[in-house]
Amino acid sequence: MEKKGWDGFEIGAMLRSFEGAVSGIATILPEDRPYSASSSFTASVADWRIQKPLFNKDYCIDCQFCWVYCPDLSIISRDKKMVGIDFDHCKGCGICVQVCPTNPKSLLMFPEQIEEEVALAEWPTKNTSKATTEAKEE
Amino acid sequence: MSEIKKIKNLKEFSTSADRFEGANLLCPGCAHSIIVREVLNATNDDLILAASTGCLEVCTAVYPYTSWDASWIHVGFENGSSAVAGAEAMYKALKTKGRLKQPDRTPKFVAFGGDGATYDIGFQWISGCFERGHNIMYVCLDNEVYANTGGQRSSSTPIGASATTTPAGSVSYGEKKNKKDMLAIMAAHGAPYVAQVAPNKWKDMVAKIQKGFAAEGPVYINAMSACTTEWKFAPEDTISISDLATDSLVFPLYEIIDGTQLNITYRPKNIIPVRDYLGAQGRFKHLFTKQYEYLIDEWQARVDAKWEYLQRREEASV
Ligand SMILES: Cc1ncc(C[n+]2csc(CCOP(=O)(O)OP(=O)(O)O)c2C)c(N)n1
Ligand code: SF4
Ligand code: SF4
Ligand code: SF4
Ligand SMILES: [Mg+2]
Repeated sequence: MEKKGWDGFEIGAMLRSFEGAVSGIATILPEDRPYSASSSFTASVADWRIQKPLFNKDYCIDCQFCWVYCPDLSIISRDKKMVGIDFDHCKGCGICVQVCPTNPKSLLMFPEQIEEEVALAEWPTKNTSKATTEAKEE
Repeated sequence: MSEIKKIKNLKEFSTSADRFEGANLLCPGCAHSIIVREVLNATNDDLILAASTGCLEVCTAVYPYTSWDASWIHVGFENGSSAVAGAEAMYKALKTKGRLKQPDRTPKFVAFGGDGATYDIGFQWISGCFERGHNIMYVCLDNEVYANTGGQRSSSTPIGASATTTPAGSVSYGEKKNKKDMLAIMAAHGAPYVAQVAPNKWKDMVAKIQKGFAAEGPVYINAMSACTTEWKFAPEDTISISDLATDSLVFPLYEIIDGTQLNITYRPKNIIPVRDYLGAQGRFKHLFTKQYEYLIDEWQARVDAKWEYLQRREEASV
């Protein structure tokens, strides 16, 4: 997107999130939205990360704690299932890993550069010292 | 009346299509955005939103980008409340004149402001909106400090917290004044609904937001917003710090209906010591020294007294 200098702003500038008129946006998922170039959805903060979360669906119980507590809308859940991470918007805060209740965790932090297959291959197995497999509702 | 969105459990909640976007510039782990998501996802109705100057506003409207998928306005630090109240007044006028293009739609009017914008600088505007009785919801993102300008104390900063304008050191333990009781003040305006919420208790939060949307008149929501940068804890701990806050009763969760009926909405199974909450944050680090440790007992006594008071208010229904 072309960036304007201080004297290039329109007075009372209005930014439109979508191209054209949109109705019922509360029920349209991101993949079906006509985002305009002004929506920060089209931008990326991937370079903020030094660590990234990776997801191992073998252990996931779809509790959705990661979805509700991710500040950056980076946990992709569809049809009540956790399906993956949005690495354009994830800032690598680590909250999703902290709140994941499975044992071993279904989300873990890894160095940004690691390949996913390598990470999955070295995923820890059940940690018997703290059994936290039961998801608490709330 | 609009239909209330059905949110039975977290799985159902997770089918929501967020109207707030990523690649905003809030710090990694910022609770402001967790709160905003829970508030906006509590309804599928149209949203007309305002934000006062502060972290949320500054980080979600960085030209040429917006992170909002709804009508959103920013005017100044002090007037998120009156900006949205103006929109609500216009909506009412157009409705009365029969000039609404889609009169069956029921937009929700919500203003967000930090504690600086709410407890201090925007206070008279909020008070005016509540006195006039606008049908709006005001959500205070209460991180107990002017975070966006580098951590100055506000009248929400609690005793003993080190802030840049009340720094702790050998001659001072930091902030000396008690946190202002905004909930009591807003309830005293006769508001139909006021409540304290915390993002880690998402279900309690969503239930209160939905009650607030259903109420006729101005609604005040005080949302605890743990700030990784100013409270000084690691970004991944935002939810665990919030759990310490609600389970130590430093942030009790309750609501006040019509200015009188107080209901406690969360009673921790195991109440944890206030010391554990304080000890998890760098802003209270100096309290764990010989010189200032007496303040921790005073803290606990204040929290106990408030909890006792809330329970008596609940029983008495006055
Ligand atoms: C009238 C006015 N005074 C001061 C400022 C400078 N200012 C901008 S953001 C901010 C701090 C906001 O603190 P708070 O409302 O608590 O929100 P937070 O950033 O903590 O979320 C200040 C002092 C301003 N923009 N306008
Ligand atoms: S690391 Fe943080 S931003 Fe990334 S997906 Fe997890 S909770 Fe979201
Ligand atoms: S928190 Fe863990 S178990 Fe729950 S949905 Fe997310 S990845 Fe799956
Ligand atoms: S300073 Fe605090 S409130 Fe502001 S963006 Fe960072 S974590 Fe959020
Ligand atoms: Mg603040």
